[in-house]
Amino acid sequence: MSDPALPLTIIGGYLGAGKTTLVNHLLRNAQGQRLAVLVNEFGSLPIDADLIEAQEGDLTVLAGGCVCCSYGDDLMFALTQIQKLDPAPDHVLLEASGVALPGAIGSAIGLFGDDIRVHGIVILADAETLPGHLNDTYIADTISRQLDSADVVILTKSDLASPDQMRRSLDIVHEHAPLAGVVESRGQDVNSELILSHIEALKKPGQSRGAHSIRLVTNVLAMSEPVDPEAFAQTLSADPDILRAKGHMISAQNQQPVTLQLVGRRYSITGAPPTAKPGVVVIQKDHS
Amino acid sequence: MITIFSARKILTMNPRRPVVRHVAIRDGVILGAGDLEELRGWGQHRIDDRFADKVLMPGLVEGHCHLQEGALWSHTYVGFFDRMSPEGEMQAGCKTVDEMLAKLAAAEARLDSPDAPLPGWSLDPIYFDNQKITRHQLDAISSTRPIGVMHASGHIMNVNSKALELAGLMRTGINHEGVPLGNDGLPTGELRGPDVMSPVSIHVGFDRDMLSCDEHGMWRFGRLCVRAGVTTATDLAARLPEDAVETLRHVTGNDRYPARIVPLRFHHGVSPEDLIAHVEALAPQSTDKLRLGRIKIVVDGSIQGFTARLRAPGYYNGAPNGLWYIAPEQLAYILEHALRKGIQVHTHTNGDEATQLVLDTMRRVLRKAPARDHRFTLQHCQLADTAQFRQIKELGLCVNLFANHHHYWGDQHYELTVGPERAERMNAAGTAVREGVPFAVHSDAPITPLGPLFTAWCAMNRRTASGRILGEAEKITLDQALRAITLGAAYTLHLDKELGSIETGKRADFAVLEDDPEEMGVERLNETRVWGTVLGGKVFGTCDV
Repeated sequence: MSDPALPLTIIGGYLGAGKTTLVNHLLRNAQGQRLAVLVNEFGSLPIDADLIEAQEGDLTVLAGGCVCCSYGDDLMFALTQIQKLDPAPDHVLLEASGVALPGAIGSAIGLFGDDIRVHGIVILADAETLPGHLNDTYIADTISRQLDSADVVILTKSDLASPDQMRRSLDIVHEHAPLAGVVESRGQDVNSELILSHIEALKKPGQSRGAHSIRLVTNVLAMSEPVDPEAFAQTLSADPDILRAKGHMISAQNQQPVTLQLVGRRYSITGAPPTAKPGVVVIQKDHS
Repeated sequence: MITIFSARKILTMNPRRPVVRHVAIRDGVILGAGDLEELRGWGQHRIDDRFADKVLMPGLVEGHCHLQEGALWSHTYVGFFDRMSPEGEMQAGCKTVDEMLAKLAAAEARLDSPDAPLPGWSLDPIYFDNQKITRHQLDAISSTRPIGVMHASGHIMNVNSKALELAGLMRTGINHEGVPLGNDGLPTGELRGPDVMSPVSIHVGFDRDMLSCDEHGMWRFGRLCVRAGVTTATDLAARLPEDAVETLRHVTGNDRYPARIVPLRFHHGVSPEDLIAHVEALAPQSTDKLRLGRIKIVVDGSIQGFTARLRAPGYYNGAPNGLWYIAPEQLAYILEHALRKGIQVHTHTNGDEATQLVLDTMRRVLRKAPARDHRFTLQHCQLADTAQFRQIKELGLCVNLFANHHHYWGDQHYELTVGPERAERMNAAGTAVREGVPFAVHSDAPITPLGPLFTAWCAMNRRTASGRILGEAEKITLDQALRAITLGAAYTLHLDKELGSIETGKRADFAVLEDDPEEMGVERLNETRVWGTVLGGKVFGTCDV
């Protein structure tokens, strides 16, 4: 049984970081997936003209059955519209505005219910300009908060940045996003399948090179007894040391196996195949 | 036909003839203000004595409010303070939580359809010792219809279980700092911030676009203007899609509509390039009573919501810095291109860091696109310090200060958000006078009630709701305050050449008062009774609307 929730990937990062380039790249390399793109500002429709088939109202129909829709400041309404699409999309890309905090958007999407789940937060940062932006008193904290929310950071323009800029940018990313996977990109070279289908593989906790790296430990909980999955998930999500958890357990309510996926404070509980073996892997900070 | 109005007193705001008894008008325009004998020289006329015992002022100008105030009166008012409805009914404030619940219950009893929503507005728990309202209290009013009560700040809402259920939020596992949970793991019904309010607010009877206004709401807004002596009012954050512009043109085009509306196109949800293009296309659709072609940019959030951008030393309670609602590069693009095209921009900045960003950006773009007399206006500009006011002056900007906010929430700023010293400097009208910065004062209705005479009283007295005098040095005089709500506000809209004073050649817009503001004085200006208005020579009495 597959997860019925529609996966949504948030693409954030400051102006000029390459969000639009990435969205177009993913559209061109969707590998048969129907994508729905949500953008904050309709006017700056980021889709390349040759991908656009038709436009009506707030909705733009794209090649391959994809659509683009602007959400302004009414994200929940836009998500409702996305849900009504027929045929349904396979994946939603949400391009956040340059000053938006993707972590907050992720929390808001969590309110939408079980039908849409946050697949991951991808933050783009321009390797050439990142060090300068972190010295700009107006926007430094916005960018560091964006990085802090990342599951994956794509450091763009890695071919244009000088070795010094590249080194400083990597240090910044490791400092502000110590738990995120880092991908260096020159633009059109991001593996779309990794972003759309296997983002878990990019999330590689604990490999920080920064001075303030946090040691992480992995524990496996046997889950030999049935539990209330909701209460169990709440307990894990309330623990600030727990960063990720994934695995199966037997629900005390109906004795059926369920799958838990937890990233930070977000979690989802879905039906698991009957063959799923109980056990939850927990990655947490080690203070010892 | 020439009409000469006689009055007990006419305060013209024209220093050459500050006080007269007569004003002559023709075709909606003032021919002159002065002695009857002088005015007879204009030719055949009729004398209109209906204001013989009234006091006339220039029609008041509200430089920062929202038409939404008209729409909200369709919902149940549950604010702490007494507030006049558009129909002239003084609604008593709810002084306790129980009074608030009783008023909602009474409104519920009047609803016919069993599933019709029950929206309320202007709840302010700081006056109830910050007691938390829960969904259970609202469930006691109705468990079958959705109920939602918007707070006065506009940033928080309380809803019942039915509303949560309709929005899919009546469940455990919600993990959002804006949705506090009870011991049962379910939401308490308090929703903090627009992210979490918007999915629920549509189910409880609020419009999806909170700042929008329909035709019915516009008429109610017009009635409020007449009651407040206002003849020109802004709609400061309008999206202005085609159908909204059509409604605005249709309603203001009606002879009986009693207000001139100045809507500013809100920057949100549209690219900077399209924003400029949209406003350029709107400007030629203006009429006398509908002035289009201006831009509003929201730069940061609110101080009480801790979303305003503050410079060091930051929030008094240690809250992290607030949010940008536009990227600095986009702000610069809009300011530069608006300057080049002669489009006026008003910027919402609450925190002093947001104000500084606008100042730094203006300094830079003015070198690229030199412009004189642009009168770009900093709206709210609540926390600006004296050095910033000097920069505002040098850069040719204006400010519109939120004097009412100081009255209603000054205590909260003193105790919680920015601390005593900065709370005293908030909404620094005295500094604006000393530094020669053109300024107005505003209500931000519906956040606080529309009423420039009350707003002027707030700016003169700086008395908070608890009675504290907050910032003695920032008080202004009666003359300065009356100017701020007439010529001052008109200046910030580039409309002072036709509005804001009673003198030859200007629009025949008057506030008609029962009391003389000069007799009411600094202490009692807020008690001045308004008879009605004259807009373009047409008389609107509160008794007729």
